[in-house]
Amino acid sequence: MAPKRIDAGGRAMIQARGLGKRFGDKRVLAELDFEVADGDFLVVTGPNGSGKTTLLRLCVGLAAPTSGELDIPDRSLIGYLGHDPLVYRELTALENLNLYGRLYRILQRRERIGMLLERFGLWDARNERTGSLSRGMLQRLGLCRTLLHEPALLVLDEPYSSLDAEGATLLDSELADLRPTRTLVVATHDPTRVARLASGRLALA
Amino acid sequence: MRRYLADAAVLARKDVLLELRGRETLPAMVLFVVSALVVFHFALPGEQSRLAALGLLWVAILFTALLGLGRAFVAEREHRLLDGLVLAPCDRSAIWLGKVAATFVFLLLAEAVALPAFQLFFSGIDGPTVAAVLLADVGICAVGTLLAAMASAGRARELLLPLLFLPLAIPIMIGGVGAATVEHPARYLGFLGLYDVLFAILAWASFEYVVTE
Repeated sequence: MAPKRIDAGGRAMIQARGLGKRFGDKRVLAELDFEVADGDFLVVTGPNGSGKTTLLRLCVGLAAPTSGELDIPDRSLIGYLGHDPLVYRELTALENLNLYGRLYRILQRRERIGMLLERFGLWDARNERTGSLSRGMLQRLGLCRTLLHEPALLVLDEPYSSLDAEGATLLDSELADLRPTRTLVVATHDPTRVARLASGRLALA
Repeated sequence: MRRYLADAAVLARKDVLLELRGRETLPAMVLFVVSALVVFHFALPGEQSRLAALGLLWVAILFTALLGLGRAFVAEREHRLLDGLVLAPCDRSAIWLGKVAATFVFLLLAEAVALPAFQLFFSGIDGPTVAAVLLADVGICAVGTLLAAMASAGRARELLLPLLFLPLAIPIMIGGVGAATVEHPARYLGFLGLYDVLFAILAWASFEYVVTE
């Protein structure tokens, strides 16, 4: 059952009713009801294997629910960072962001990419192939890719993973900056890190 | 339509750039097709038949294409990059078209070496054979790219792609060998063209369902 796309101009960004997901015989999510309103910051918590990543993949339309209903915005409004930064290792940081910038039809692409690379401390590494970057730098590049098209809904799966102290602080301030104007869904093992920004919490068992 | 083609061009250019950097697929395809023709040259009897040789040329082309198709989604599979492309607001079939274009270019380049090599080892190539090869390439890339995307999502992908692709490539073999061997090849070339159109539409329309869970 494919998720229904909703207009981001509406009040609810994500609406789930009786949401369930199975992989073969394995039930990952069952009878989940929640709503993420425009401007909310939902923190998704739970132990390993509780279905956090699956839920986030459902919320961005990368997977389809096996039961229930799920309304999500159009994918042009979504920015998603999963466990992988989703960048080509044979291309440079600049080439990767250029590729996504073209696909997202970003106006003033060069300026936007330059600004993000500066902000995330990757400007000096812009012409390096991403295969040679550290895991932390890749995560920063993944954040640049996610924010490139200024999405209305940001869905981040363990965004602090692999980031050093400086990178984590940078992400803290970025999330604080985004908080007033964006809707955020963040899955994390460490909810205290984003507690002051969060408006709601969804705990998966 | 312009935007759609622009998206496909951006994705095809990316694949060509990846190949220029990695140099993994095209050299392997060229080496394979030349090696296969050398093996066939020694496998055929001294007084070889032109018909048999042309048949082997098509076998070599088909398996070379299979080699390229098997690597078509390697970059996307290794780091789940298909997620990034699927999330982009472009039409998902543009991903298919971009891959088809890039694979077509690699196959053409491999054939640019293979056809002169065939002339060297066996016999000359005529116009209808070249036309049949070009038409066959379109069908091979259109169907093969869809199947490569399907296979890349599975665990037994190395087994799955040939098992899915070879049965669907039988009409290409019939059309290709027919066009290369008969006196009036128009009917076979028309058959290849019809195959291309029909299967390209099917692959284009079904790609979206292949790349989403």
